[in-house]
Amino acid sequence: MKILIKNGRIIDPASGTDNVADLLIENGLVTGINKDISREKTEKVIDATGKVVCPGFIDLHVHLREPGFEGKETIESGCKAAAAGGFTSICPMPNTNPAADCLPVIDFIKNTATKVSLIRVLPIAAITKGRKGQELSPMGELAEAGVVGFSDDGDYVSSSSLLLNALLYSRTFDLPIMEHCEDACLAEGGLMNEGLLACRLGLKGITNATEEIAVNRDIALAKESGGRLHLCHISTAGSVELVRQAKAAGIRVSAEVTPHHLTLTEAEVNGYNTSAKVNPPLRTQTDIEALIAGLKDGTIDAIATDHAPHTRNDKLCEFGLAANGISGLETALASLMGLVHSGKLSLSLLIEKLTLGPQQVLGEKYQNIGNLKAGSCADVVIFDPDEEWTVDTAKFFSKGKNTPLEGRKLKGRVKTTIACGQIVYQQA
Amino acid sequence: MTHIPKTPADTETLLSEVQGWKHRHVLDLDNFSREELDMVMQTAGVMLDILSRPVKKVPALKGKTIATLFYEPSTRTRSSFELAAKSLSADVLNLNVSQSSISKGESLLDTLDTLESLGADMVVMRHPLSGAPYLAANNCHANIINAGDGWHAHPSQALLDIFTILRHKSSLEGLKITLIGDIKHSRVAHSNIWGLSKMGAKITLCAPYTLLPEGLNTNSKIFPEVTLETDIKQAVSGADVVMGLRLQRERQQSGLLPGIREYARYFQLNEEILKLAKPNSLVMHPGPVNEDIELSQSVVHGEQSVINEQVKNGVAVRMALFYLCSGSKEI
Repeated sequence: MKILIKNGRIIDPASGTDNVADLLIENGLVTGINKDISREKTEKVIDATGKVVCPGFIDLHVHLREPGFEGKETIESGCKAAAAGGFTSICPMPNTNPAADCLPVIDFIKNTATKVSLIRVLPIAAITKGRKGQELSPMGELAEAGVVGFSDDGDYVSSSSLLLNALLYSRTFDLPIMEHCEDACLAEGGLMNEGLLACRLGLKGITNATEEIAVNRDIALAKESGGRLHLCHISTAGSVELVRQAKAAGIRVSAEVTPHHLTLTEAEVNGYNTSAKVNPPLRTQTDIEALIAGLKDGTIDAIATDHAPHTRNDKLCEFGLAANGISGLETALASLMGLVHSGKLSLSLLIEKLTLGPQQVLGEKYQNIGNLKAGSCADVVIFDPDEEWTVDTAKFFSKGKNTPLEGRKLKGRVKTTIACGQIVYQQA
Repeated sequence: MTHIPKTPADTETLLSEVQGWKHRHVLDLDNFSREELDMVMQTAGVMLDILSRPVKKVPALKGKTIATLFYEPSTRTRSSFELAAKSLSADVLNLNVSQSSISKGESLLDTLDTLESLGADMVVMRHPLSGAPYLAANNCHANIINAGDGWHAHPSQALLDIFTILRHKSSLEGLKITLIGDIKHSRVAHSNIWGLSKMGAKITLCAPYTLLPEGLNTNSKIFPEVTLETDIKQAVSGADVVMGLRLQRERQQSGLLPGIREYARYFQLNEEILKLAKPNSLVMHPGPVNEDIELSQSVVHGEQSVINEQVKNGVAVRMALFYLCSGSKEI
């Protein structure tokens, strides 16, 4: 099967490409970028005039909820949502039930994804058995089964000695430990960002130190162990600075940030809006500026959605009882394009943080994705950077309709997603 | 200035002056204007008169059902609302739900559905989780009156506090009002900060730093007249009103205080400290008082204490809220 994408603005941060040209896909691989590639013998021609053509996005952090919480999301609905958001590779977190801490669960996830056959699903396994923070999971076996990293996401590994061992042991298999950084004592009972608004709403605040203490400890352990540390969803200016210093000191640390922490502030919580309840909490404009600066200077490697779908009832309750999380796959690009349209981020840097950046966190093994080099996997997204649309969660592929962006007008829309040379999404 | 009617004709005149009420619910005082606070005060004045008549009842809400839904134990507030409803001839349905049953299994919205099916026109609710009345107001038809939610708000208490002060002072404009106690976790304090500052008072908040909302210091745009103070002598000095807050024992358990005795040593309002306030100053407390902890016994029962008046005025203020939210024009 040959697909020819004509006349799009091709942006490939891996090769520094940014020009209007045609892109040819043959047998699931990118085979060429050139001006005026002939239409001959191509089964499918896509006119991408005025559109951006770039590598399919890679999301290091999603929750697919299966097995165990199929009411919130399934591997199938999550993959469809990802495809609609322009993502061609996603890394589901292991906080399923049972937890993805052993071969059978990882195999189940991979087999189900194969049956769904839409996009690449690269599972992350638990650091500890049952995500209980006590004993290491069988990391060697899990690495062999193809997991891309280890995380007890949702919980912090409280024991410093256990995390040190996790970093040392996973280093044996050259896989990252992906930490959810949150000091458990400080976090207890916390519901939103600490500050005047938390006081006004009578909600217990989560201080910046809650995250920064954990980031600091983990960086110290990464230094000591020589292991690979990846920090999930950092949210504060202080965390950005800690990562910046660690990188300058040559410590093997990488970091991701979510679209919501880059675009929304704690003000979304006003009126006890549970769709804006998320952990780490939405912070302040100062933090947003620092996170953007971190993307620009390379401190932050990747943008990851932390797509966290929930049922209606999980959110339609008292703020204190509501589940944490935002369903983010289908609004990620458009909300981030707001930063491009307002001049805060360049389009090529944004694409880099959704493609090359996360690919580098995954490592050399995955260098055939996240770029449009000849011979790379034909994962491609075509989007209109200027099309305006209104978020309507009723039209989400995700079962999770939980987003504070419902009803909001965004600018930038995914038109076509191609994964391994197959068209997996076309905007109606 | 509170207006207490002197004749039945006064009652009608005073009530007819109250126009433009737009609140269906009373959730917090943050969205109340100065004019709306005045409306409550004027209406409560009429209600206080009704309560002092030989027949303490008017038919304003006859045929209406008011439910009280309390997820926290309360005697005073619930009784006050019940009496207020009955004085307006409403039927009252009391529902006490144990705090332990707050779970997603027996949801607040299910319970409210049931109350509405039973015909409740208004629901007075108290809930340990901040914002619960907002969930209720957004998802049901009844008028919701917040009788205290978590650390967030207790609007009727703040309104009765303002009403009580106005029974003794011609205006709140420029008065120094000092609140002492666990400001950070007190819904009474939070609603009072909104209400008192809209009435033009200068507010001083006094507590150790673990119980002080420091965020208030950094955003003077919203509350320009709020001062934080850790020294009780400074805080009380020259005050027109001193309000103690109930110290919850759990604050010690959660590590915010080393102990009750130490708290009393540094933050108890006693006779000696009260002398630093203006001679005609008022001592207030939302009740129930932990005597000899936040207030010394002599201050609770002293001449300047208006704590019992607060209780009495509470019924009138709650009648006013029911009356205004119901849209009734009869009295």
